[in-house]
Amino acid sequence: MAVLEILKHPDVRLQQVAEPVERFDAALHRFIDDLEQTRLAGPGAVGIAAPQVGEVIQLVIVDISTMKKPHPNHGHLVLINPEIIKWKGHEVGREGCLSVPDFTGNVIRAQQIVLQAQNPQGEVQRFEMQGFEARAVQHELDHLEGMLFLDRLVSRRSDLFARKVFQKKAKNRG
Amino acid sequence: MSEWTMLTLVGRDQEGIVAAVTAVLHKEGCQLGETSMMRLGGNFSMMLMLSCGAEVAVLEALSEVAEQFELRLHLDQIEAQLHDHRQANVRVTVHGADRIGLVAEVTAVLAAGGLSVLDLCSDVAGSADKPLYLLQIEGVCELSAEALQLALRAALDEDVQFSVDEIETLLG
Ligand SMILES: [Zn+2]
Repeated sequence: MAVLEILKHPDVRLQQVAEPVERFDAALHRFIDDLEQTRLAGPGAVGIAAPQVGEVIQLVIVDISTMKKPHPNHGHLVLINPEIIKWKGHEVGREGCLSVPDFTGNVIRAQQIVLQAQNPQGEVQRFEMQGFEARAVQHELDHLEGMLFLDRLVSRRSDLFARKVFQKKAKNRG
Repeated sequence: MSEWTMLTLVGRDQEGIVAAVTAVLHKEGCQLGETSMMRLGGNFSMMLMLSCGAEVAVLEALSEVAEQFELRLHLDQIEAQLHDHRQANVRVTVHGADRIGLVAEVTAVLAAGGLSVLDLCSDVAGSADKPLYLLQIEGVCELSAEALQLALRAALDEDVQFSVDEIETLLG
């Protein structure tokens, strides 16, 4: 296993659309191990996408299960050829990126998603996700489209009261 | 000595201030660091971290544009560095009838709770006869959001509404 170099913005490889994974072989599994090693070696990322280490393929790792404050989650996930098939609600949250050091910003993401992806064995799986885990998946899947959270920034100042109204409405519904 | 100076400019808001000021700075070979610019009460205020050669030359170069836009300006040598952001972990929003001393009251409670303010902006909305005061603060605090919430509730009048939220930054 090896810790790989994380590409930093600007780098054209971070802007490319990733290719689907076709072979679920030993080489892929070795790469997954390296990618996970790389994620764990850094400053506490809950996800990492293959293009961030220069492999422009549709593969991400997401794991929010070890966060200090627990959120609903599906444990450690390797998501291959992932696709979001349903979105619901929206929420503003603060994000940062391994490929954009020393900067964080607010991004609007869907609050709930239904995700379909293959696992390292190539089996198709389906997940219903919400909140922080759904946000992590959406952040990583952006990398597969050649997008960074910088492309989706909303103002730190203007969104706040809108967010409150949204939360109140959500509470009233519930 | 630090290579940075802080330039502060303020004047009646007009179209083209930012472009005119930054064009001069660029021509003088000044590099911009972190900056903050915004309209406050019909005035435009700018604070810019600058790295450039001689301060005197910069002030001189800016004099024409300052005159044109009637800007007051000020230059200070500062101890500063880039790549030194702290991440806020808590956000406090307060709103209520405009009242003298609200910012002082709120920030006193937060300071007592050990909160260090990274970003604060306040605004007066509503109308002249019924002003509404809005305050947003982001900061770093060891205390939990719940503890800050309790401290604010104990200190503030009933008619002041506020909320304290934890900011969780997703890194991915
Ligand atoms: Zn990222």
